[in-house]
Amino acid sequence: MSQTDAIDIDREKGNFRFDVKYEYDAGTGLSEETIDYISKAKDEEQWINDFRKRALKVFERLPMPTHWATKDLENIVFENIRYYLSQGQMPSRSWDDVPDEVKETFERLGIPEQERKFLAGVEAQFDSEAAYSRMQDSLEDEGVIFVGSSEGLKKYPHIFKKYFGKVIPTNDNKFSALNSAVFSGGSFIYVPPGVKLKQPLQAYFRINAESFGQFERTLIIADEGAEVTYMEGCTAPKFETSTLHSAVVELVALKGAKIQYITVQNWSNNVFNLVTKRAWAEEGAEVKWIDCNIGSRLTMKYPGVVLKGRKARGEVISIALANDGQHQDTGAKMVHQADDTTSNIISKSISVGKGRSTYRGLVHMPDHLKGCKNNTECDALLINTNSRTDTYPAINVQGNGNSVQHEASVSKVSAEQIFYMMQRGLSEGEAMSLAVNGFVNDLVRQFPMEYSVELKRLIDMEMEGSVG
Amino acid sequence: MSQLEIKNLNAGIAGQSILKDFSLTVPKGEVHALMGPNGTGKSTLAKVLAGHEDYEVESGSVLMDGEEILGKEPDEVARDGLFLAFQYPLEIPGVSIANFIRAALQARQEDGEKFDAPAYYRRLYEKMNILQIDKKFSARSVNEGFSGGEKKRCEILQMSMLEPSYCVMDETDSGLDIDALKIVANGVNLMRGPDRGILVITHYQRLLDYIVPDKVHVMYEGRIVHSGEKELALELEEKGYDWVRDELATTAS
Ligand SMILES: Nc1ncnc2c1ncn2[C@@H]1O[C@H](COP(=O)(O)OP(=O)(O)OP(=O)(O)O)[C@@H](O)[C@H]1O
Ligand SMILES: [Mg+2]
Repeated sequence: MSQTDAIDIDREKGNFRFDVKYEYDAGTGLSEETIDYISKAKDEEQWINDFRKRALKVFERLPMPTHWATKDLENIVFENIRYYLSQGQMPSRSWDDVPDEVKETFERLGIPEQERKFLAGVEAQFDSEAAYSRMQDSLEDEGVIFVGSSEGLKKYPHIFKKYFGKVIPTNDNKFSALNSAVFSGGSFIYVPPGVKLKQPLQAYFRINAESFGQFERTLIIADEGAEVTYMEGCTAPKFETSTLHSAVVELVALKGAKIQYITVQNWSNNVFNLVTKRAWAEEGAEVKWIDCNIGSRLTMKYPGVVLKGRKARGEVISIALANDGQHQDTGAKMVHQADDTTSNIISKSISVGKGRSTYRGLVHMPDHLKGCKNNTECDALLINTNSRTDTYPAINVQGNGNSVQHEASVSKVSAEQIFYMMQRGLSEGEAMSLAVNGFVNDLVRQFPMEYSVELKRLIDMEMEGSVG
Repeated sequence: MSQLEIKNLNAGIAGQSILKDFSLTVPKGEVHALMGPNGTGKSTLAKVLAGHEDYEVESGSVLMDGEEILGKEPDEVARDGLFLAFQYPLEIPGVSIANFIRAALQARQEDGEKFDAPAYYRRLYEKMNILQIDKKFSARSVNEGFSGGEKKRCEILQMSMLEPSYCVMDETDSGLDIDALKIVANGVNLMRGPDRGILVITHYQRLLDYIVPDKVHVMYEGRIVHSGEKELALELEEKGYDWVRDELATTAS
C-alpha cells in the first residue's frame, strides 16, 4: 500500500521514521474546515462536531499563558501544524493486519514484545489514530472496555459522555481547548464495579510525521471498587521543525476504586509537550500519577487529583530530566474537597548542562475541611553549574484541622564525584547516569519492574548523549 | 615493562607547581611505601596518575606496563588497571555499593558479554567477609553516612573486587582503629602477588608493620629525597622530617 523506507536511524531507539502515505490529511493550519474534515473522517455525531467548534472558539479567545509560563510558547506556529493524519480510523486487532511500516515502527519500540510479556491490553497510536488495539479476551468478558476516543463516544456514549470534558473542561486552559477542538486517538477505558485488572493496559503514542500535532484524548473510568493500571509511552523522531503534542487525560475513580497512571515519555528535542491531566477521586478512591518526563523541548504538565469524597487519596510521583536545550516545567495539583482526604507529591528533577527544570505545585485545602493531609517533597539535582531549577510551590491551606508538610532540596553532582566514579572505570556518561539513577532510585523502586528498567535505559541514553 | 614507571614528572595545580622532577618506579610484585610531610604532593601524585583534569602536567611521563597514561581520561586509566584508593572517598547518594561495583565491573566487559550476577554476589560477599564488612553494607549507598574507617574499608573492598594491576592507596590507614587496620592490612596482603604493584601512601610506620613494604620512599617538596628498605620508615619515625630537611640542607651546601 505504501513504500517502506527507513531513514535517519541512529543509536537512539526512537529516532527513526518512515515515509508514510496518509489516506487522511487535514492539511496545515486550524479552522472550522479542519474540524469538519476530522469529524467527517471519523464519521462523528453532530454533538461532537459542535463540541469541537465551541472549543476552537475558546482556544482562539484564550491568550498564551506567557504571563506565568515560558515565552518559548510563542514559538509554536499553529498555522504550520498538521492537525490530522491517518491511514484509517479502525485499529487492527492483530499485528498482522497493521501496515508494514507502522508495524515495524512499533516492533522497534518493543511494543508487541511487551504485550506478550506483561500487558493486559495495548493500543498503539501512530500520528492521529490507533493502528492497533487489543485487549485480553477474558477482560472483554468481564465487561472491561478499552477503545479509542472516537469509538468510545460512538459505541458507549451512555458510559463516557457523562464524564467526557467534565474533569477537564474545555476552557481549563488554552491547550485543553486546542485538544478539545481537534482531539483524535487516545484511550477510553471503563472498568466495571469490582473488576481488578492484574496486568496493566498500555498505550503507546508515536509521532511519525513532521510538523505534526498529536492530540490524543484519554478518559479512564474505574467504577466502584475497580482497579486498573494504565501505562503510556511516547516517542518521536528528531525533526528540523517543531512538533506539538497536546493531550487531555481525564481519570474518574468512583467509590473505592484505584487508578494508577504511569507515563514514561521520551520525546525528541523539538516536541512541545503541553498536556493536561486530572483525576476525580470519589470516597475512599485512590489515584496515583507516576510521571516520568524525559526529552522534549518544553514540557508543561501538572497532573492533578480532585479529592471529592471522604478518605480519597491522591498521589503524584514525578521525575523530570532536563538536558541541554530542554525545559521541564512540571508539577502537581491537589484539590481537597472532602474531609480526611490525603495527598502526596514527590517530585524529583534533574537539570543537566543548560537544561532547566521548574516545579509548580498547588495544594488547595479550604477552611471547612477537617483531617486533610498533604505531603510535598521536591528535590532537584543539578549536574554542572549552568543548569537552572526553580520551585514555585503554591500551598493554599486554611483552617487548623489539616496538616501540610513541605520539603525541598537542591543538590549537585560535583566534578569530584564524577572523577571518583570514573576512577572506578565508568565513562563520564555512565558516571552521570549512575548519579541520576541514584537520585531517583527510591522512587523508581516503586514502579513496575518493566518500567523501571525502561526508565533506567532512557536515563542512560540521555546521559550518554549529554557528554560532549 | 611490568611496572609503573614515573619519570621526571613536573605537575601542579592552579598555577602552582607541586611535583618537581618526581621519579619513582613500582614493579609488579612489590609494595612500595611513600611517606612525606603534609602538603608535599603525595595526593597530587595520586590524582595526576589517575588523570584528574584539574592538574596540569608540565613534563615527564608515566608508563604503566610500558604504555603512557598521562593524557588519558580517568576512566581509561582505571580500566587499564590503575586503582586509586582515595584519601577522602566521595559519597554517591542512592547508589548502593553492590550496584556501584557492579557498574564498574560491567564497564570493563566487552559489548554483549553477559554479567554473571550470582557469581558476582558470591565474590562480593567473600571479599566483604575478608574485610569484615557486614553483608548489609552492600545495599547501602556508597560512602553515604559512613564513618571514616568504613569509607576506607569500602575503598579496599572496591580495590579487591576490581583486581587492578597497580594500586595507589592514599592514606588508607588514617581513620582506621587498630583492629580495622589489621583487617584492612590483611585484605591488602591477600592482594599482593607477582601480578600487582602497590604504592602505599602513609604517614605512619604502624601500617607498615602489617603491610611490610619492599621499599620505602621519603618525599619532600615534590620529589623523592630518600629511598631505602623498610627500616627507613622506622628511622623516619624516630627522627622526624627535620632530619630530612637538615640532610637536604647539608647536601645542598
Ligand atoms: N585544588 C587545589 N588548589 C590549590 N592548591 C592545591 C589544590 N590541591 C592541592 N593543592 C596544594 O598542593 C599541595 C600538595 O597537596 P597534596 O594534597 O598533594 O599534599 P599531600 O602530600 O597529599 O598532603 P597530606 O599529607 O596532608 O595529605 C598543597 O600545598 C595543597 O594546598
Ligand atoms: Mg594527601
